[in-house]
Amino acid sequence: MLRLEQAARHYGVVAALAPIDLELEPGHTLVVIGPSGCGKTTLLGLMNGLVQPDRGRVLFDGVPLSPATIKAARQRMGYVIQDGGLFPHLTAGGNVALLARVLGWPRNRIDSRLRELARLTHFPEDGLDRYPLELSGGQCQRVGLMRALMLDPDILLLDEPLGALDPLVRFDLQNELRDIFRSLGKTVVLVTHDMSEAAFFADSIILLRDGSVVQRGSTADLMERPADPFVTRFINAQRARWHDGTAP
Amino acid sequence: MRIIVPLALAAALVVVASPPAPAAEVTVGSKKFTESVILGEMAALLARSAGAEVRHRRELGGTRILWNALVRGDIDVYPEYTGTLRAEILARENIPDDRALAAVLARRGLVMGPPLGFNNSYAIGMLERTARERGIATVSDLRRHPDLVLGFGSEFLNRADGWPGLKARYGLTQGNVRGLDHDLAYRGLVAGDIEVMDLYATDAEIDYYGIRVLRDDLGYFPTYDAVLLYRADLVRRAPAVVHAFERLAGRIDSTAMAKLNAQVKKEGKSDRDVAATFLRAALTVGTVPDHDADPMQLWRRLGPATLEHLVLVGISLAAAIVVAIPLGIAAYLFRGVGHGVLAVVGIVQTIPALALLVFMIPLLGIGAVPAMAALFLYSLLPITRNTHAGLVGIAEPIRQSALALGLGTGDRLLRIELPLAAPLILAGIKTAAVINVGTATLGALIGAGGYGQAILTGIRLDDVGLILEGAIPAAVLALVVQYGFEWAERSVVPRGLRLGKGTARP
Repeated sequence: MLRLEQAARHYGVVAALAPIDLELEPGHTLVVIGPSGCGKTTLLGLMNGLVQPDRGRVLFDGVPLSPATIKAARQRMGYVIQDGGLFPHLTAGGNVALLARVLGWPRNRIDSRLRELARLTHFPEDGLDRYPLELSGGQCQRVGLMRALMLDPDILLLDEPLGALDPLVRFDLQNELRDIFRSLGKTVVLVTHDMSEAAFFADSIILLRDGSVVQRGSTADLMERPADPFVTRFINAQRARWHDGTAP
Repeated sequence: MRIIVPLALAAALVVVASPPAPAAEVTVGSKKFTESVILGEMAALLARSAGAEVRHRRELGGTRILWNALVRGDIDVYPEYTGTLRAEILARENIPDDRALAAVLARRGLVMGPPLGFNNSYAIGMLERTARERGIATVSDLRRHPDLVLGFGSEFLNRADGWPGLKARYGLTQGNVRGLDHDLAYRGLVAGDIEVMDLYATDAEIDYYGIRVLRDDLGYFPTYDAVLLYRADLVRRAPAVVHAFERLAGRIDSTAMAKLNAQVKKEGKSDRDVAATFLRAALTVGTVPDHDADPMQLWRRLGPATLEHLVLVGISLAAAIVVAIPLGIAAYLFRGVGHGVLAVVGIVQTIPALALLVFMIPLLGIGAVPAMAALFLYSLLPITRNTHAGLVGIAEPIRQSALALGLGTGDRLLRIELPLAAPLILAGIKTAAVINVGTATLGALIGAGGYGQAILTGIRLDDVGLILEGAIPAAVLALVVQYGFEWAERSVVPRGLRLGKGTARP
């Protein structure tokens, strides 16, 4: 599994992420949360080599990530970003199947895997022939998820996957995503800035601020035993406002 | 003895039966003004009458181009003037007279034939009417009229024996000096845009337009005796041809040359007919049928010109695509090299087309090859820059997605980055192609043919119809290329990108 040992990343003298130790627990969902610019995306990037650590190291199955090992490691880590990051010149199916094609999968294996994933993500099968520009935001996100799942990876990394969706679509997709994570038993790292989403998904949470870990633990730990006044402030700031009486 | 006799007989038979030596091949060059073309035609006709296979590369771009081509051996002979040799091409040698000139040329493997009989000196002229009103008869008189507008051919304007020297010798102060094509300068003079211009003493226009030739009262201009300048190896390779050239010695005086010029420029006769008629009358040289006679019908001229033009543009563009796209990719992959690559192709682009063509001659000679090389260099920038820009411009989330997927560099390029950059790359190729169609017309200056040939001849003969015969097809071809690429875009650019920015999500 994936392990970070004192891994850190600086830009100039500024620490985008201070040295961090972390080991992913198989089958669990880890949520990384914090305000904008806290280092969430940097942490995720360290995990799949999009960001190079300038201190410490990142190991995948005990082997440090390096130019020689990164390709194989990435193929075992699905990655989903906001809006899906789809390739606009390929159809939905083309996006999902791209890596399998490069790896030389036979056509019928690709086709059956595509159908399987479309069912799993509630994506209409005839939509596989459409181009990203012809899909809705929620559909793009489903395609992005299918693409990440195509090779049945060990780990799923998701960077604000639902950040750009309207509330109803977001609500439905949250449910579907959690079902998928549970049914497939995937190890998941999900980045969000939304505390309720974090609470919904998390087996454990890491709260970051200015590139440093403020607290790690379960949702209950953060709520009931905040390590720092900032934790309480961060949680309270996201409480629905009609509960505290300040809503008009 | 029994063996030797038949052997000797056989040897004798072989000697007798061996075919005559293959005809010598002679390439004649001429400059892009009528007198030079007529003299070139004469040299070609004489060489042909002496049994040589002759090619006449007419209307090459200027003294430097012909001189370099002769030194390289791309041409064997061209008409030149002693004054030009002494005062311009070999100015640094300070050659006192023509005898010394012959010795200097011999050191370079060149031979100057005997003078043809006329001195086509540079001269300064004005419309008779203007000269009379201002009271100007000599070059010295120009000093009293500093307001005059001067218009000089670009060669004269810059040559050591041209305007710079003249200005210094006579102490002229006119500030309003324009450079323009010699043949167009006459139009400017008649229209009143310029008042004083440089002349060649045998120009047909002097009589025709009533131009007063100002007396060179300080004796500034050297003599410009017309000669045929040829390579020394011609004497060995084709002695009969050299002998035929010598028959022209002293046979053309100034009046005769001016008349020949007028027959072409004012009476519309062809260079070849004028040259042939003169040779028949003066030297009783019969016209030998030749293979590259002027085709008369428009379509018969247009066909080969179109083919030449397409070959120039097509080959140079294809080579540029093969080189420039990888250059653009390299500039993208290796950021350090990238700036260097883009800077170099950018600098190439700033070299003026004519200068680039002239630079090519010492390397590649004259003809289509150096022209294609120059066009190739010009095509590099738009294609390289657009390839680079297309790749660099790919949105960061897409680049990251491709990386995170675990694709190698090659797969990322082929499957993601190049398809996404395709519209810009294609636009770069289109730009290069359209520019090439236009720039290729300059190729005629170094003997590459194409539509530029008609334009050059048209300018020389002041024949607007002929200019259009080159200019219109070139413009049409540029449009065809433009639309062709827009059509090609549909097949090259992935459909997912063509859905376009206007398509809203459902």
